[in-house]
Amino acid sequence: MKIIATIISAFIFQGLLLAQPSGDDILDRIDKNMSADSRHVFSKMIIHGPRVSRTIEAETWSVGDDKSYTEYLAPSREKGTKMLKLEDQLWIYSPSTDRTIQISGHMLRQSMMGSDLSYEDMMDDPNLRSKYDATVTGSETYNGTDCWIIESIANSPDVTYQKRKMWVDKSRYVPLKEELYAKSGTLLKKTELLDIKRIGNRWYPGKIIFKDMLKKGKGTEFIVDEIEFNVIVPEHLLSKAALR
Amino acid sequence: MIAFKLAIRNLFGAGLRTFLNVLILSISYVVIILLNGFYQGWGEQARTDSVKWAYGQGQLWHASYDPYDAFTLTDAHGAIPESLNDAVNEGSVAPILLAPATVYPEGRIKSILLKGISINQKAIALPSDLMIATGDEIPAMMGTRMAKSMNAQLGDFILVRWRDANGTFDAVEIRIAAIFNTPMPPVDAGQIWIPLKSMQEMLRLDGEATMIISGDESIINADLSDWKFQTLPALLSDINELIEMKKVGGSIMYLILLALALLAVFDTQILSIFRRQKEIGTIIAMGMTRKQVIAIFTVEGAMHAILAIFLGALYGIPLLVSMRKNGFAMPEYADDFGVPIADTIFPAFSLALILGTILLVTITTTIVSYIPARKISKMNPNDAIRGKIQ
Repeated sequence: MKIIATIISAFIFQGLLLAQPSGDDILDRIDKNMSADSRHVFSKMIIHGPRVSRTIEAETWSVGDDKSYTEYLAPSREKGTKMLKLEDQLWIYSPSTDRTIQISGHMLRQSMMGSDLSYEDMMDDPNLRSKYDATVTGSETYNGTDCWIIESIANSPDVTYQKRKMWVDKSRYVPLKEELYAKSGTLLKKTELLDIKRIGNRWYPGKIIFKDMLKKGKGTEFIVDEIEFNVIVPEHLLSKAALR
Repeated sequence: MIAFKLAIRNLFGAGLRTFLNVLILSISYVVIILLNGFYQGWGEQARTDSVKWAYGQGQLWHASYDPYDAFTLTDAHGAIPESLNDAVNEGSVAPILLAPATVYPEGRIKSILLKGISINQKAIALPSDLMIATGDEIPAMMGTRMAKSMNAQLGDFILVRWRDANGTFDAVEIRIAAIFNTPMPPVDAGQIWIPLKSMQEMLRLDGEATMIISGDESIINADLSDWKFQTLPALLSDINELIEMKKVGGSIMYLILLALALLAVFDTQILSIFRRQKEIGTIIAMGMTRKQVIAIFTVEGAMHAILAIFLGALYGIPLLVSMRKNGFAMPEYADDFGVPIADTIFPAFSLALILGTILLVTITTTIVSYIPARKISKMNPNDAIRGKIQ
């Protein structure tokens, strides 16, 4: 009887093991959904201030995680502002002053246009599998969706956030919620990914809510209006000449 | 001598007119000395405070460090030279490690410069020994300006976020263990000080610093491998230039005052020569040369400046002595200049300043007295005696 019970338990355990992918597998599948060689995005950023909310519209071209070019389309105050990221350098062109400035030092840590994202966050590399070792720590229903809870620890000391905790949709392998931690364990940022849509052969969020947990406020919404993956990015857009 | 006697007699004879000229010239003396003394006193205080609070007796900067280029800050650090280990332990030099960071006072976001300094240092007046941990927390100190801008009180905990040498975010709460009052905004505004050891651990830069301040010029006085020595005169050059610039700006006011005084002397001379034509004609007719007559009028004009010295001394000395003793209380907004300005500035009056001012006013008064007197050399004595306008 004891032997039968052991055999049944072993089968159940093996079944569970087969059903539960490893943390690294989940990261791989997230990257397949979220990462691309290049992309072209029309987006809206809704910044909730203490009194009013502002909406900024932008068009972004990016190649991998190293190069990106953004032009702000609205409101009229921001229209024509351009931002270029090349490796770890960031430039901004402001049409009102007709000047290009390189963002550095303390300015990189400042909030980007009053949002919950800093310029530094814009330069962050989102490719997860190459930077983190992940383990599945549990399973939970989040917003009505069955999710894996995974904790990722950076595999090298030069990663921006040493720890990430994600709630990953079990069927679509898209994170629905993410918490970013400092090395000391302090929760720095929280991200919610909503309105998951099928775009080509991948699942991608139509809306992301960023919240800087150290700062007061309601957070910043990022809405993806249109997105194309693996597009050919015009070469001239990824040089400083494109800023003028 | 005769010119001098005549000048004195004529000046006293002119009564109120002389008094008014002398009064305005004496005001010029006092204002010039006071303003220059203010700038001189400010300069001396700024230099003294800069040495005391920020520069020490010179500094060693890491070769990559450029205070005017924010891009250099993250790479500007290196191992503290071993030859300075004893001096660091004794506290006669102060290693400092810099890193940009972000604080979140009351949920607001604020960029700051985080500075780590050895707590036993005696090279500068920062009270680094007050950064005493009562538990596991990191003790910190800041100046009154920074505390005011963050609305921080002694004992408050403030969340600081930074990136270590590898670019990884980290965040921790620090406790305000000391708030110091300094006339030096460069060690106060926009920065928080923590112990060097904690800073090195936070940035993963064990044994490293961005700059080393020397409290004694015999310890550090030349470049050391990757470290460039900054002499005290080089460090003070910005302050000196700024004060010189302010001095030029301030001189416009007293130059206007001096110009008005000289204009009054000039007018007095013109009027005097016009009204005393008969006298001029008579003394030339009696045998005095034109040059001697010009000398009488020039000395007469210049005597205004001499009399002004005495009148100025009468009320100026008590005023300047009182200013020297009590100083000028500077308004709170003076801090916004971003340069070292003490709460009270005590003017400094050097002998060179006083003698220089006397010489300047006397020479310029003599010149403006001489210019109208030249007309006498063209006068016809006959016409002058008859009072004919020439």
